[in-house]
Amino acid sequence: MTTLTKPEQPSGRRDGAPFLSVRDLSVQFATEDGIVKAVDGLSFDVERGRTLGIVGESGSGKSVTNLAVLGLHNPRNTAITGEIVLNGHELTGAPQRTLEKLRGNTMAMIFQDSLSALSPYYTVGRQIAEPFRKHTGASRKAARERAVEMLRRVGIPQPELRVDDYPHQFSGGMRQRAMIALALVCDPQLLIADEPTTALDVTVQAQILDLLKQLQQETGTAIIFITHDLGVVARICDDVLVMYAGRCVERGTVRDILTTPRHPYAWGLLSSVPRRKAPVDAPLRPIPGTPPSLLKPPTGCPFHPRCEFREYVGDTRCQDERPMLTLDSGRGAACHLPAEQQKSIFAEQIRPLLGRS
Amino acid sequence: MLRFLVRRVLGAIVILLLISAVTYFLFFALPADPAALSCGKNCNPQTLALIRKNLGLDEPVPVQYWQYMIGIFLGRNMTIGHCSAPCFGYSFASQQPVWSTLMNRYPTTVTLAAMGALIFLVIGVGLGLISAARQGTAFDKIASAVSLTGQSVQIYFIGPLAIYLFADTLGWLSRGHDPDWTHDPVGSITGMILPAMVMSVIFWSNYSRQTRSLMVEQLSEDHVRTARAKGMTSRYVFMRYALRGAMGPIITIFGMDLSSVFGGAIITEYTFGLHGLGQLAVSAVTQTDLPLEMGVMLFGAAAIVIANIIVDACYAVIDPRIRLS
Repeated sequence: MTTLTKPEQPSGRRDGAPFLSVRDLSVQFATEDGIVKAVDGLSFDVERGRTLGIVGESGSGKSVTNLAVLGLHNPRNTAITGEIVLNGHELTGAPQRTLEKLRGNTMAMIFQDSLSALSPYYTVGRQIAEPFRKHTGASRKAARERAVEMLRRVGIPQPELRVDDYPHQFSGGMRQRAMIALALVCDPQLLIADEPTTALDVTVQAQILDLLKQLQQETGTAIIFITHDLGVVARICDDVLVMYAGRCVERGTVRDILTTPRHPYAWGLLSSVPRRKAPVDAPLRPIPGTPPSLLKPPTGCPFHPRCEFREYVGDTRCQDERPMLTLDSGRGAACHLPAEQQKSIFAEQIRPLLGRS
Repeated sequence: MLRFLVRRVLGAIVILLLISAVTYFLFFALPADPAALSCGKNCNPQTLALIRKNLGLDEPVPVQYWQYMIGIFLGRNMTIGHCSAPCFGYSFASQQPVWSTLMNRYPTTVTLAAMGALIFLVIGVGLGLISAARQGTAFDKIASAVSLTGQSVQIYFIGPLAIYLFADTLGWLSRGHDPDWTHDPVGSITGMILPAMVMSVIFWSNYSRQTRSLMVEQLSEDHVRTARAKGMTSRYVFMRYALRGAMGPIITIFGMDLSSVFGGAIITEYTFGLHGLGQLAVSAVTQTDLPLEMGVMLFGAAAIVIANIIVDACYAVIDPRIRLS
């Protein structure tokens, strides 16, 4: 079996600068109704061999952030500011030609809905081979062999035959695997997976997560995993970034976020997960309200209209003042509640609802 | 693919049979009597009866239709002489065999329709593609204004203008003449450029607008984004992914437009004084010339039906999802 690791990139390197570093990223769309601040002052790092989970409700800016990393937004109606540094190269404002060389090669993306994300007009094999030919200059034949090899790696049975199938001839799970094969064909060092398992049933989902983990162990790829499924986060992520209204509201290791979350929004996310041991008639606990409009985000803390704990802060501070995210060795929450109070509220009010000790 | 074609061809035969029957029986619903027309001034009942018999009009209509259909497939003996298959009879007015008349006339119409279609596809789709690539620019706006103007004009209005400007004043193009593919293939093309251009003008707008909106839609598709995420250049993504997706609907629209293309060709022939099927059809109707009318009708219908099968086959080639189901 050939190894997928590029020799000059030792895997799992933890020293020096992170592989991807995003600083103060803002993405704004000009729409007919006004300017949408889809991402507002977001910063994060991803290191080689690590997986960063980005969680949040729909419309919180998870996908927008990662499309900005790849430079896939339409420049005609999108303004991107801040820094995106990939392996020492600044990507914001970089020419398309530079980005085209990096996309599909150094950084690749797995899209959510593989039926619409794969072209119905070309065979799966051709779609996988295309970036390989472009980025490595391989011959048609070599690229086809590579496509077969990739399909085999992601567990497609009889890859020599299936390589000539069209996406609609694949089942949903197989198509998602083909999508992964497509993203991994050039051994990317940064892999962005945008809810790659959301549309799949649980067993296929587990297989695909295992596959990604295994590939990461072999190649030392840095992974950004976008999801709103905390079960998936627990399985695959090392670090977690909780997004709300285009901002990071909490950061920490997966253990931090799942066992001692500090932000009321993270509490809401956790307690909205149905408990396995709960009685069947136990009510679901959704977070009240809906995500805010990004055309006109709320003043102060963007979560305050839905927050059950704003009374604890007192006065109208949550309405007036935007809480800053201060990180202490990679851990922090953007909330006005004092740290002690966050701990006590979680221990006394939230943890009992989660059904675990 | 083969089964698909066989099914379509069988369907086409049924359609053509239906068209032939409807046309034939409708003709006899007309108040005009072709025998009386060709009888002329000094008409008496004996001559009239003789003409009726010679033209085969004395038989009941279903029998006449049956003999007509037999003639097409097997040939038949007529009073003028034997008429071998495919026999569409003899024109009442000119006494010429309909089939050879059709064979003389069809190159003009088919050349005009094919060249016109080629021109409006290139210009319309081309304008649409450039507009889609440069949405909102001055080019986009001017192109849509120009093609909209084109759609609003009439062939018989711009035809003479074009002849005056490009043929008589500037002398760039011929005024238009019937093609003669065996003896003068180059002249056949150059002689048709002006009529084909004029005919194409009315189709530009539809194709440029449809292409533009299809491309704009395709460019926001997920699979196009995936192609960009793979690092393919924007030109490659535009031509190979977005255009590929837009081609199917464009071809469908083209298939539906085919009969308008033939209609446009007929008007253009008249405007440019060309001797094609259009002119033949009009004179056949005004002279109640049943065999000629039937011949032109069936020939035109067959041309449209065949062209539609080709279009459908193209569609199946373009979209693998259709190919397999």
